[in-house]
Amino acid sequence: VNVLGTELSAALGLCLLAVCAALVMPARFRPGLVGVCTAAAAAAGAAAGVAAMTGSLWTAWLPDLLPLAGVRLAVDPLGGLFLAVTGGVGVCVAVYGMGYTRHGLGGRTVQALLPLFLAAMLLVPVAASVSTFLVCWELMAVTSLLLVVAEHRRRPEVAQAGLWYAVMTHLGLVVILAGLAGFAAAAHGESFAALRSAGAGLSPTVRGAVFVATLVGFASKAGIVPLHVWLPRAHPEAPSHVSALMSAAMVNLGVYGIVRVGFDLLGGGPAWWWLLVLVAGAVSALHGILQAVVATDLKRLLGYSTCENMGLVLIGVGACGLLAASGARALAALALLAALLHVVNHAGFKTVLFLSAGSVLHATGSRDLDELGGLRSRMPVTTVVFAVGALAASALPPGNAFVSEWLLLQSLIHALPAGGTTAAVTMPLAVAVVALSAGLAIATFVKAFGVGFLARPRGAAAQRATESPSSMLGGMALAAAACVVLALAPALILPGLSRAVAVAAPGPAPATGMVTLHLAGAASTLSPLLVAVAVLTAIIGLLALLRVVASRRVRREARLWDCGAGPMSARMEYTATSFAEPLRRVFDDVLAPETDVDVTPVKESAYLVDSVRYRTAVPDRIERRLYDPVLAAAAWLGQVARLLANGSVHRYLAYGFGTFTGLLIVLAVLR
Amino acid sequence: MSAAGLVGAVAQVALVGVGSPLLVGQMRQVRARLEGRAGAGVRQPWRDLRKLLRKEPITARGSGPVLRVAPLLLAGTVLAVAAVVPIATTASPLDGAADLFAVTALLALGTVALALGGLDTGTAFGGMGASREMTVMALVEPTILLSVFALSVRVGSTNLGVIVTSTLHDPQRVISPVSLLAAVALAVVTVAETGRIPVDNPATHLELTMIHEAMVLEYAGPDLALVEWASGMRLTVLLGLLANLFAPWGIASGTSLAALPFALAVFTAKVALLGGALAVAEVFLAKLRMFRVPELLAGSFVLALLAVAASFFLA
Repeated sequence: VNVLGTELSAALGLCLLAVCAALVMPARFRPGLVGVCTAAAAAAGAAAGVAAMTGSLWTAWLPDLLPLAGVRLAVDPLGGLFLAVTGGVGVCVAVYGMGYTRHGLGGRTVQALLPLFLAAMLLVPVAASVSTFLVCWELMAVTSLLLVVAEHRRRPEVAQAGLWYAVMTHLGLVVILAGLAGFAAAAHGESFAALRSAGAGLSPTVRGAVFVATLVGFASKAGIVPLHVWLPRAHPEAPSHVSALMSAAMVNLGVYGIVRVGFDLLGGGPAWWWLLVLVAGAVSALHGILQAVVATDLKRLLGYSTCENMGLVLIGVGACGLLAASGARALAALALLAALLHVVNHAGFKTVLFLSAGSVLHATGSRDLDELGGLRSRMPVTTVVFAVGALAASALPPGNAFVSEWLLLQSLIHALPAGGTTAAVTMPLAVAVVALSAGLAIATFVKAFGVGFLARPRGAAAQRATESPSSMLGGMALAAAACVVLALAPALILPGLSRAVAVAAPGPAPATGMVTLHLAGAASTLSPLLVAVAVLTAIIGLLALLRVVASRRVRREARLWDCGAGPMSARMEYTATSFAEPLRRVFDDVLAPETDVDVTPVKESAYLVDSVRYRTAVPDRIERRLYDPVLAAAAWLGQVARLLANGSVHRYLAYGFGTFTGLLIVLAVLR
Repeated sequence: MSAAGLVGAVAQVALVGVGSPLLVGQMRQVRARLEGRAGAGVRQPWRDLRKLLRKEPITARGSGPVLRVAPLLLAGTVLAVAAVVPIATTASPLDGAADLFAVTALLALGTVALALGGLDTGTAFGGMGASREMTVMALVEPTILLSVFALSVRVGSTNLGVIVTSTLHDPQRVISPVSLLAAVALAVVTVAETGRIPVDNPATHLELTMIHEAMVLEYAGPDLALVEWASGMRLTVLLGLLANLFAPWGIASGTSLAALPFALAVFTAKVALLGGALAVAEVFLAKLRMFRVPELLAGSFVLALLAVAASFFLA
C-alpha cells in the first residue's frame, strides 16, 4: 500500500470523524474533540503533501462514488505542494479553533462545517478529472460560504458579505464549469490525463477560450482585481480562524487552478495569455495594497493584503508563462518557483496575522485600529506573534516573504536580454509595481502593528483587553514558528518546490544551495540566514560596546514632550487614519476618498460655529465604478419588469397561453 | 573567504563607525562657513556623542520595549550593511550573503524600527514623524529597485561585488546614458533616504516640519547617541555606495592586504567630496513642502525607468 494513499485516506477519514464528533458530542467536549480530530486530519494531509513533494505519486479511481464518471484522484508534486500548505494551515487553525468558541462558534453546524471545509480543500488539488474537480470545488465553496455566515445573527453585515461571496463564487464556478466542460468536450475525455494528452493539439481558439474562461473563474477565487469584491467583505465578517483558512489556503487554490490548467493541462500558451495574467496580477497588487494602506479595519486590511499578495504570485506566474513562451526556460522556472514560494510564505504569515487579529477581536471585540492600541502589555504573546507576521508581510529581512519577493525580482530583472521587446516593456513596469507594493506594504504593516499594538489604548475595549486562552495562543505560535523556519531556512523546501515547478515548467532546479541561495539563469546570491546572523552579531556587539562606553546610571522614566501644554491624552495619539493620511493625499487621484464636512452655525449668527461634523471614507473604487452600475441596472430591470406583473389573473393566463402557442408555432416552423 | 576580504570588511566597518560623525561634522562646517558662521568644528559630533553617552538613560513614560530596541536595530542593520557593501574591498565575506536588494531592505528595516519607536511613544509628534517617514520610504522604493535593475542588466547579477568589479574592468560604462540616469535617480533617492534638504531638514527645530527628528523626539542620553551615530553611518554608507557604484576606482579587489589602506583613504576622500557637495547644495536649496516631495520622487522614478529602457534599447 502506498504511504501517500494511506495518509490521504487517513486525512479524509479523520475529517469525517471530526464531523461526526461535532454532530453527536455534547457541547462541553465538542470543540476540543473536533479540534484534535481536525488537527490530526490536517497533519495527515500535510504529510501526504510533503510525501508527494519528495517525489512519490499516487492515483486512484473510485468508479462507484459518483454517478456517471466516478471519482478520479491523483497526487503529483504540484498538487502535493498545495496539499501541504492547506494541511499546515489546517493544523494551526484547528488548534486555535479549540479555544475560539465565543458567540456560538462552538455550535454543531460551525464545528461540523470546519472539518468538511478542510476536507474539500484537501481534495481540490488531488482531483484528477473535471467532474471530481468541480464537485470538490463546489463543496469547498458551499462549506466556506456557510462558515462565512456563521455569525449572521449577531451582525447584519455578515449576511451582506455572504451574499456577495455566494454570487461571486458561483459566477466563478459557472465560468470554470464552462471552460473545463468545453475543454473536456474538445479533448473527448474528462480525466486530466486525457486533457493533458489532447491539450496541446487543440485549435488555438479553443485553447484560448478555455484558458480565459478558467482564468476568470480561478482569478475570482484568488481575489484578483476586478473580481476581488467578495474578498474584503467576506474575510472580515467570517470568524477569524475561518478567515485564516480562506485567506491562507483557499485563495491559493485559485492559483493552483491557473497553473494546473494553463501549464500542465494546456501545456503552456502564447504570450498574450500570460501578459493577461501578469497585468491582472500587477493591477491586483497595486489596488490591494493601496486599499490596505488606507484601511482602518484590521481584518479588512489583511483581506486587501491577500489581494496584493495573490497579485504578486500572479506576476510570477505570468512572468513564467511569458519567459517560457520566449524560450527562456531556466528563468521561467525561477519565476514560477518565486510564485509558489510566495504562496507558501503568504500562507504562513497570513495564518499568523488572521489568527492574531482574531485574538485581538476576541479580547477587545473591535477590529477598528482607531480604537485599539496599547495591547503590547495586555496581550504580550499576541503582540509578538503579530509582529512576526507583520515583519514577514512587509517583505523585510529576516521575514519569509522577503526571500520569495527577492526571487521574484531576480526572475523579473534578468528577463531583459532573453525576453525581447515585450519583456523590455513589461518587466521594468512589473519591477516598479512589485517595488511600490513592497514599499506600501511596509507602511501598511507599520500602521497595523504600531497603531494597533503599541502606544496607549485609544478606546475602552483596548484598555480592558486580556490575553487569549492557551489553545488560541498555541495555534498562533505554531504558525509563527513555521514562518521563522521558512524565513531562515527556505532551502528546506526548495527541492520539493522545484519538483512542483517541474510539473509546470520542466527544467533543472531553479534555485539551489543550503545556506546561500544560488540561482540557475542569474548570478545573484542571497543568504537569509547569514543576513540575520550578521544583524544579530552587530546588535550584540553594540550592546557590549554600550556597556563599556555608556553611563552606568539607572534608567529613569520621564514625561513625554508635550510642548509644555500639559499631559497628553490618548486622543492626541496618531490613529490609523491619521497615519495613512499623507499616503491618502499622495494617491488622492487613484483612491478618490469621499469626505463630508457639515458645519452647523449657532442660531443667532452664521459666523459662529456650533458644531462641525467630519466624515471620511475610502470606498473601493473598482466596486463603485464597475459593480454599482451593474447592480443598479439589475435593480432597475427588476423595477421595470414589475410592470409586466400588475396582479391581474387574466394577464397571467394570457402570458401562459401566449408562451405556449408561441412555442408550438416555433416548433412547427422549425420542424 | 579570503583573509584580505575579512580584514577589509572589518576595516570598512571601523572606518564607517569612526568616520561618520566626522562626515556629519564636516558637512555642518561647510554649511556654517558658507552661511558666514564660524562653525563648531569637524569633531563636534563626536563631542556631542561623548556627552550624550555620559548622560543618564531616560525612557518616555508609557512607552514599551520597542522604543528601547529600535536604536539598536537601526545601528545593527547599518553596521551589517557597512560590512556588506564594497566600501574598501569588493571581496567582503558577506558579499554573497546580501545583494543590493537585501541592502536596501536592511536599511528599510532600520527605518521601520525607528518608525515603530516613534509610534510607541504615543505622542502626536512620534506618530507624525513615523507616518511621514513611511510615506517617503514607500515612494522611494520603486526608484531604488529600478535603478538596481538598470545597473544589473549588463552584469547579470545584483551582487554589489560583481557590479563594482565589472565597472572596474570596463570604465567607459560609467559615462553611458544608463549609468548617468541611474546615478541621478539614485542621488535623489539617497537625499530622501538620509533625510537631507530638500526632503527633510536635519537641523530643524520646528516639530511641525520634521520628519526624521519628529520620530526621535523622545530619545535622550545613550539612546539618542545611538540614533545620531546610526543616522550618520547611514549617510556615510549611502554616499559611499553611490560613489563606488559609479566611480569605484581605488577599491581593493584582490587578495593582497597592501591595497587596503589606499582603498580606505580613497573612500574617505570620495565620501568627503560627496558630503561637501551635498552640504553646498543644501545651502542653496529650500526644503520642499511635504506634499511636493512625491513630485521630486516621481521625477527620480522616471529617470530610473529611462535608465532601464536605455539599458535595453541602447545596448
